[in-house]
Amino acid sequence: MAREVGIVGVGITKFGEVWDRSLRDLGLEAGVKAINDANIASEDIDALYVGIMSPGMFLNQEHVAPLIADWVGVAGTHIPATRVEAADASGGLAIREAWMAIKAGLYDIVVVGGAEKMTDVGDEEALETLSATVDQEWEAFFGATLPSLYAMIARRHMYQYGTTREQLAAVAVKNHKHGSMNPDAQFQSVVDLKTVLSAGPVAEPLGVFDCAPFSDGAAALVLCEWEKAKRISQQPIKITGSGQAGSSLSLSARRDITTFASTSTAAQAALKMAGRTLSDVQVAEVHDSYSIAEILAVEDLGFCKKGEGGAFVESGATALGGRIPINTSGGLKARGHPLGATGIAQAVEIVYQLRGKAGARQVKDAKVGLTHNVGGTGGTCLVHVLEGGA
Amino acid sequence: MVQGGVQAAEKIGIVSYGACIPRLRIKTQEIAKVWGKDGDAMAKSLNVHSKSVPGWDEDVITISVTAARRAMYRADIDPARIGAVYVGSESHPYAVKPTATIVAEAIRAAPNLTAADFEFACKAGTAAMQAAMGLSKSGIIDLGIAIGADTSQGAPGDALEYSASAGGAAYVIGRTGLIAEINHTCSFTTDTPDFWRREGQHYPSHGGRFTGVPSYFRHVAAAAEMLMGAVKTKASDYTYAVLHQPNGKFPVRAAKQIGFTDAQIKDGLLTPFIGNTYSGSMPLGLAAILDKAKAGDRIFACAYGSGAGTDAFDITVTEGIEKIQRKPEETVQAMVADAHYIGYAEYAKLRGKILMAE
Repeated sequence: MAREVGIVGVGITKFGEVWDRSLRDLGLEAGVKAINDANIASEDIDALYVGIMSPGMFLNQEHVAPLIADWVGVAGTHIPATRVEAADASGGLAIREAWMAIKAGLYDIVVVGGAEKMTDVGDEEALETLSATVDQEWEAFFGATLPSLYAMIARRHMYQYGTTREQLAAVAVKNHKHGSMNPDAQFQSVVDLKTVLSAGPVAEPLGVFDCAPFSDGAAALVLCEWEKAKRISQQPIKITGSGQAGSSLSLSARRDITTFASTSTAAQAALKMAGRTLSDVQVAEVHDSYSIAEILAVEDLGFCKKGEGGAFVESGATALGGRIPINTSGGLKARGHPLGATGIAQAVEIVYQLRGKAGARQVKDAKVGLTHNVGGTGGTCLVHVLEGGA
Repeated sequence: MVQGGVQAAEKIGIVSYGACIPRLRIKTQEIAKVWGKDGDAMAKSLNVHSKSVPGWDEDVITISVTAARRAMYRADIDPARIGAVYVGSESHPYAVKPTATIVAEAIRAAPNLTAADFEFACKAGTAAMQAAMGLSKSGIIDLGIAIGADTSQGAPGDALEYSASAGGAAYVIGRTGLIAEINHTCSFTTDTPDFWRREGQHYPSHGGRFTGVPSYFRHVAAAAEMLMGAVKTKASDYTYAVLHQPNGKFPVRAAKQIGFTDAQIKDGLLTPFIGNTYSGSMPLGLAAILDKAKAGDRIFACAYGSGAGTDAFDITVTEGIEKIQRKPEETVQAMVADAHYIGYAEYAKLRGKILMAE
């Protein structure tokens, strides 16, 4: 019988502008929290994977996997420590790499961390680094930044499907409301539609509240082979499906920029592996790096028809208490978006939900959850299906 | 208490004060228009609606001299009594050659005195006040003049361009004839590089949002706590409060955090109309308060300098305030109201931003 994989420990730092702590401090906090949550010793850990996008550009620091291993306290056992990069899908990809290694029988217990320290540089440098996720020759060279590309996607979506500015704003309003219930979120304040609509432009039609912030933060998971997971954990969460898909890096090479084929492909693969359909999913964390990105996500994952994502969000279907609560953590918008940490943070939120430990934002009786993590404008997409109560 | 062999005085405080604000102004909307920004939104978010601009013949020296002369005149002070002239600024016209010597000569206090220029971003003027307090209180000098003045720089198009302005205030510090007693002063200093300008650079660099919470707000709150802890006061004990004003938003928020009301801070809040006068900012706000203060009024004053530090002062106005000249037409508010608005083209010319023939 094929080996299966469970999550037996989670840890996360509060996201935000963490001026007084460095990358290693954040990695240490998340890693140690996850290891303590799993109630394992450092000698039990077989390997470490670190999802991080650009410590080189943000901090002039490469080779961060051994650094984090050292600070988490596992360097002494000389375990393999590997850095994984796929833009802001680095965290999701790190989960998949660790999952594959356990499936393959190489390791039993693996710590997967994700982190980014974005505020040690100024806003302009941070935007430049963020925009390193797009095609430098065909996009960035001509002045396109990541938000400007998402703005183009939004414009096209509005033109093609009649999506409104208010529907984009509804994503931010909902996610801020969810974030207000998450003590680890960067923004824990609610905003109203008027505030979102009147905020200054970033790349029209996207305003300040349509964009995830620059954030510092880290998150970590302890993954474990399932039979062992059941022995060491009271409440292991099983990773029942993992899907990864790709697309062209440049938007110009796509037939249609209002859909991310990598999302639908990865989702179908993950759900098929889990033996689930989308209607089984009770809670999802999706990649709302921009408000339009959440609308694309709900459509491409299949929660609603193509072109109806705006109305779907506006209807309240994706809010807590709605048909399918999405981004109960506050999402990238309100929880914060430390690029490499995001994919891991999504899994942490789903684990909280499936353990029934999500506090005020708990989705009742959640048994099946999904994470959706996108790199850049969809060149990479990771989808995971997580299940509790096994 | 004996310091350096001389008897330290019981009291130390302000003997007189003077202010100077250039009358040229540029509106936030006018600057925003040039850079394609929403001027109304910018003015609202910074709470800066216009800023002062130094004219062709105005610099830190002329502003310092004017403020010092006004201070001398206001209390009819004999220049021979001045034992120190300190000028705090980050825009001294000369990199090497003091501003303070020119001020000392201009008020006829030279040559029997000490003089020096101070620099600590926006709190150099209050650092000068503290130094003058020490010299006077210890009996080494009779009176000292401390000046905070700037014609601050902001790179074209940068956020600072909307606030960096010009102005200054001078304080005569001494032991007798006080108009306001400085009950206590304390400082909170760390190495926090939120804003800097290296040798030879035209414009300063800043850490964006890093200038907020870990810099301005942390240092202001810490100094306030330290000062009020030392003199055992609470925010409501003060008639007035004035903080450094990098924009119109930070001081309002910081004051609220400390526990001050809008009524306590409104008289010293000048940045919404004249911009950030850097080393002149808190000293000018304090001058505006002294223009209307009555004996017994208690004032909380706190300057912030990037880099970073805060100087906080607990001040009680004395009966002496009634004995000096406070003409309505010479108040800080009168200077704020005496505004002549210019466009960006003239502003660019005056600030040396037009590339001239060699």
